[in-house]
Amino acid sequence: MNQETILDINDLRTSFLVDGFEVKAVDGVSFKLPKGKTIGIVGESGSGKSITAMSILQLLDKPGKIMGGEINFKGRDLTKLSEKEIRDIRGNEISMIFQEPMTSLNPVYTIGQQIRETLKVHQGLDKQRGTKKAIELLTLVGIPSPEQRVKQYPHELSGGMRQRVMIAMALACNPELLIADEPTTALDVTIQAQILELIKDLQSELGMSVIMITHDMGVVAETCDYVAVMYGGKVVEYQDVKSIFKSPKHPYTVGLLNSIPRHDTDVDELEPIKGNVPSPKDMPEGCRFAPRCPFATELCTQELPTLDTQADGGEVRCWIYTDRWDGDPEVNVRESKRTAESE
Amino acid sequence: MSQKELLKVNNLKQHFPIKGGFLGRTVNHVKAVDDVTFDIYEGETLSVVGESGCGKSTTGRAILRLDEPTDGSIEFDGVDLLALNKREMRKKRKDLQVIFQDPYASLNPRQTVAQILMEAMAIQKAVPKAKRRERAIELLETVGLNADQIDRYPHEFSGGQRQRIGIARALSVDPKLIICDEAVSALDVSVQAQVLNLLKKLQKEFNLTFLFIAHDLGVVRHISDRIIVMYLGKIVEIADKKSLFENPQHPYTKALLSSIPTPDPEVKKERIILKGDVPSPINPPQGCRFHTRCPFATDICRQEAPALRNLDNMKEGHRAACHHIEKIAAEQ
Repeated sequence: MNQETILDINDLRTSFLVDGFEVKAVDGVSFKLPKGKTIGIVGESGSGKSITAMSILQLLDKPGKIMGGEINFKGRDLTKLSEKEIRDIRGNEISMIFQEPMTSLNPVYTIGQQIRETLKVHQGLDKQRGTKKAIELLTLVGIPSPEQRVKQYPHELSGGMRQRVMIAMALACNPELLIADEPTTALDVTIQAQILELIKDLQSELGMSVIMITHDMGVVAETCDYVAVMYGGKVVEYQDVKSIFKSPKHPYTVGLLNSIPRHDTDVDELEPIKGNVPSPKDMPEGCRFAPRCPFATELCTQELPTLDTQADGGEVRCWIYTDRWDGDPEVNVRESKRTAESE
Repeated sequence: MSQKELLKVNNLKQHFPIKGGFLGRTVNHVKAVDDVTFDIYEGETLSVVGESGCGKSTTGRAILRLDEPTDGSIEFDGVDLLALNKREMRKKRKDLQVIFQDPYASLNPRQTVAQILMEAMAIQKAVPKAKRRERAIELLETVGLNADQIDRYPHEFSGGQRQRIGIARALSVDPKLIICDEAVSALDVSVQAQVLNLLKKLQKEFNLTFLFIAHDLGVVRHISDRIIVMYLGKIVEIADKKSLFENPQHPYTKALLSSIPTPDPEVKKERIILKGDVPSPINPPQGCRFHTRCPFATDICRQEAPALRNLDNMKEGHRAACHHIEKIAAEQ
């Protein structure tokens, strides 16, 4: 990648200390995000995708703690900053939008007051100029009659409108990086289409970089330039968006794609991945995916593979692509042989 | 497929009163389901799709009489369900089972799996007492769980496994119709695929009829034979799966289908982005309920509610409720 990199995460480790026991939610995550691009972080519940996002802005609730690694944002390591310094970045250079717009807005303040607060803290705007800017922002995100809306409370708005308000707040200080954590999961599909379109338009207009956290491969396909697939607290595959759908390399990515019921084609039977997502308290040794992987060998269950760059530029964490692979040398992960116990 | 109607829903209305004022009088109604008519054939999967507030779950609950419908008739296997008294209805629920969305909330945390399954059998007197445990073990194996997990409590299972327990409970009384209310929505996609495959397999094995309520059109395409699209308490389109996905007629169905993100970055499709939000069902728009968001709306749409109709370019049984089907089709 010869583009300018805005965010470079290196070996990030975040753990939760529960009853003297360390639960590794994020366990050595690394990826780079080129400026102005969108990276999708995909995974199922418990894969560590949201905790990765929370770690970037250090929004972790106790007992969560960053145990190691670097988060380089424009050449500064965010993990080394003080609480005050990170507060200057939060909502200013890096903003975040969350899944549930109702719980992320304060119910006892009006929309206008909440947007003004951000503007006051980071840009020192007074009430009058703040209100003017708030109305501008609401117009930008497509909210009708913004002059009235600034005086309303969150409960007076619909779910889609609230998510637009969240986006307006996130955009208040022209952030360079927007982290969107399942921004459309709670919304209906026609509203989801509106919001995704809005994020894409604003991105090209304002030149933002975006981290899109989602479990929906459809959302990934439509909004992202690069994709990091996470499983069990680790990135298992990183590719550009076209390659990940066309030639997925990791057996988990393949399984994930084969599990999706498609609305645009008919399939006779889905090919699920057998078993369940492992609990972070009880992570398998070796490759995290080995117990559910149809290709796993003894090596996989004993030793964890590294995330290696492939000839085509993609990265994958799987023994199949190494010299030490001890299974079938002709193995093709995209071949359908992973039909799980479907009973 | 045998074309015997197992369930006939006629002019079903479900209006919930809104109480207000200091006397607690009824000030208005939420018209959650407003005049809905459809049939389910034996052995098929009929899906009801739509966005939140369209009345799909309310329809399912009304059929089971978990809420008493305001008006209309529901005929199941020749029996008018609304004419039954409470005791008769409870007996009837042996044939009409339900699987809910939330596998955490729909199982009693203080009961073991064995107790959960055996209680269902006891209430419906479906299996003699001495054979209930044996039957429970059999059911667990049918849904892909281990027999030795039978004395465990729900919290010891994952979400997907709990949903399997919910399915086993529904099966325990040998039902004819199972209403699946967002039964796979809360599951991770890899586990969701397992449960969908299981439902399909069970349907074949036990000749079950499913009323599948869902918002995920991918899931719906995978599991259904026929599909109903609802909007604000009304059916806007009903068709077999192929016709609905390949030849949608109603502008809302078209917009809905085009809104779904496709998991393939190389597919570039034209997207119809609808303006605005779904209006409130307390004061639904006059005429066609979709006219406030419809790009084709004219005066007649604002005044007159369209009926479901079938046109020459549509397959038999495919019906849509729109004044302008011909005009829209001609424009394309």
